[in-house]
Amino acid sequence: MSGLVAADATRGIRQVNPVAKLGAALLLALCLVLTIDWVSAATALGLEALIALALAAMGRLGIPWRVFWLRTLPVWIAAPLAALTIALYGQAGGTVHWEWLAIRVSDGSLELALATALRVLAIGLPAVVLFITVDATDLADGLAQVWRLPARFVLGALAAFRLVGLFFDDWRYLSLARRARGVGDSGRIRRATGQVFALFVLAIRRGSKLATAMEARGFGGTGRRTWARESFFGWREWLVVIAGWMVGMIAIGTAIATGHWNFIVG
Amino acid sequence: MPPARPADVRASGWGWRYATRRRAAVHELDLVIEPGERVLLLGASGSGKSTLVHALAGVLGGDDEGEQFGRLAVDGRPPGEQRGRAGLVLQDPESQVILSRVGDDVAFGCENLGVPREDIWPRVRESLDAVGLDVPLDRSTSELSGGQKQRLALAGVLAMQPGLLLLDEPTANLDPAGVIEVRDAVSRVLDRTGATLVVIEHRVETWLPLVERVVVLAPGGGVLADGAPDVILGRSADHLAAAGVWVPGRPRVVPQRLRREGAHLLQAVDLSFGRTAPVHAPVTLSATAGRALALTGPNGSGKTTLGHTLAGLLPPLGGSLEALPELHSGAGASPIRWRSRELLTRIGTVFQEPEHQLLSTTVRRELEVGPRALGLSAAETARRVDELLGRLRLDALAEANPFTLSGGEKRRLSVATVIATRPRMLVLDEPTFGQDARTWAEQVALLCELLDEGRAIVAMTHDAEFVDALADERVEL
Repeated sequence: MSGLVAADATRGIRQVNPVAKLGAALLLALCLVLTIDWVSAATALGLEALIALALAAMGRLGIPWRVFWLRTLPVWIAAPLAALTIALYGQAGGTVHWEWLAIRVSDGSLELALATALRVLAIGLPAVVLFITVDATDLADGLAQVWRLPARFVLGALAAFRLVGLFFDDWRYLSLARRARGVGDSGRIRRATGQVFALFVLAIRRGSKLATAMEARGFGGTGRRTWARESFFGWREWLVVIAGWMVGMIAIGTAIATGHWNFIVG
Repeated sequence: MPPARPADVRASGWGWRYATRRRAAVHELDLVIEPGERVLLLGASGSGKSTLVHALAGVLGGDDEGEQFGRLAVDGRPPGEQRGRAGLVLQDPESQVILSRVGDDVAFGCENLGVPREDIWPRVRESLDAVGLDVPLDRSTSELSGGQKQRLALAGVLAMQPGLLLLDEPTANLDPAGVIEVRDAVSRVLDRTGATLVVIEHRVETWLPLVERVVVLAPGGGVLADGAPDVILGRSADHLAAAGVWVPGRPRVVPQRLRREGAHLLQAVDLSFGRTAPVHAPVTLSATAGRALALTGPNGSGKTTLGHTLAGLLPPLGGSLEALPELHSGAGASPIRWRSRELLTRIGTVFQEPEHQLLSTTVRRELEVGPRALGLSAAETARRVDELLGRLRLDALAEANPFTLSGGEKRRLSVATVIATRPRMLVLDEPTFGQDARTWAEQVALLCELLDEGRAIVAMTHDAEFVDALADERVEL
């Protein structure tokens, strides 16, 4: 670590290399999208809750509970919504409880709905917890130093990412300017189309200016590049990756053992 | 800071033509700058100052970007082959911030040059110290002021320990405090490193205490004048003034105004303003036909937000903002409730960045937007557009794409688009930002005419000379 990060960032999962968090979340998601059943999802969710509680008890979760509920709110909303859709329109099976037009609520669709809701939570919650503590610069450091992705690509994307904030300002000014120029009364969609194009033009201009500034600081040269911040990948990072993978594998194992394994293809 | 060996510059018969242009940007240039010299580079817009500085920094690009003539060398070698030997700071603070933390941003250049990690952080700290930017290394770069961002860019360049420091109008977008901040930082850096300096800046006065030589590029190519600052500024004063250089001690020519005071147009009482929350204490002010009101204050004080609120673009957050009958003529007392089309003949707004308000593909069509939205006849539209093209010297550019115009031309165009619909009141955001002395004078003359026609002007500005020349009232934020 560079020792540059704020004091509260030196505890808990914030400290873990973002690449490890990305890897853990990807491995877990990969395991859980192979099957669509409620047992594997419930197992994964239960294990995740245990890990979170254990980390919190050790004071190493790194995020306060209030922040946790606030940031995961979209996941808590998305899960029942996805379940409702599946319950109403999902593949029917067993007893049919209610039917109206294309809607058919059955035992089969209810079970699928439960499996879906649990799955959204089991993939979504850890992903949010892992990623709200990721800093874009640290992730770029990790991608380039640990995963050995090309520096040009990673740093270019990182610098471009910073421009996104400026694009919001641009969009606001473009909207005000259209009102000021007397063309703000026309249809919303037509106006938005023109504005998107204008934003695109501005984005290219900003991008080329930024590219010049980067080049002026020696970016894109042929020499060997060094890294001011070391992206460290040690036992703690391996632990996080293995934890993600284990949760996924145990979930799959439980589903197979209890006969609920329901391979997504087929 | 270990003094880097100062670099020398040799140009012989050097020229550059951008691939997209027919004429060369720089032509037949012969110039020698000795190690450690401090040079102020002047010349009319289009004389190729910026191109030369970009070339010295090695960022002009290769054969696909343009065509090179003659020879240009830094320390005897082509600048493109020695990244880091020259460091470049540009005009726009926003587009020079690369990373999101101060320390990382300064370290970026060192990383690219392959400086070992253990050497990078001491260099970062020394550079920040040299430019006087006393903030924590993990401070977010987006929280810095304009002057701080420019000093950050300077620190980023300095950390690369260049022998040649290149500054392309580094203070043109800053408020007066920011200008001094950056100038003093450069002065300190030069004293510590002894690096060679080439700075481009229209506002000569800022840099005179620092430079020992002035080079003036001729618009047609080559060097027009070269020598000690007082000699050159004395001998070539007329030419320099015509080229847009602010020659110190030359009085500004401001046209006589009729100063007929008209009706009150807009009244704000205890008006609080902001996008979501108030950004400043409530203000009380009024706009009057034939009078100019200046809203002044440092960068970030909320001038733009206040101006946009007065202009009927942002809703007031509290207090009252009332358009008087003379202005609203039947549209109601609250500008934010007017339809977009109703604004056109009442309040016109010129944005700080002309690009934000450009809508068309040619200058002529750009000017037609307003009159068309008003539903004017084709004949009347053409009449107004032709008149404006002539009045603002845009006739030669009528078919050009607005985005390809120079900064000064874009500014004139954005003012022209607004006055095409003859609004009673104009709101202008930093109308003299980045203008040279000539376009500055043109802008002031035009605004005087508009005031004499009985329009009200509200200008957000930190240009003290502009306020002196034009403002009848002033509200300081």
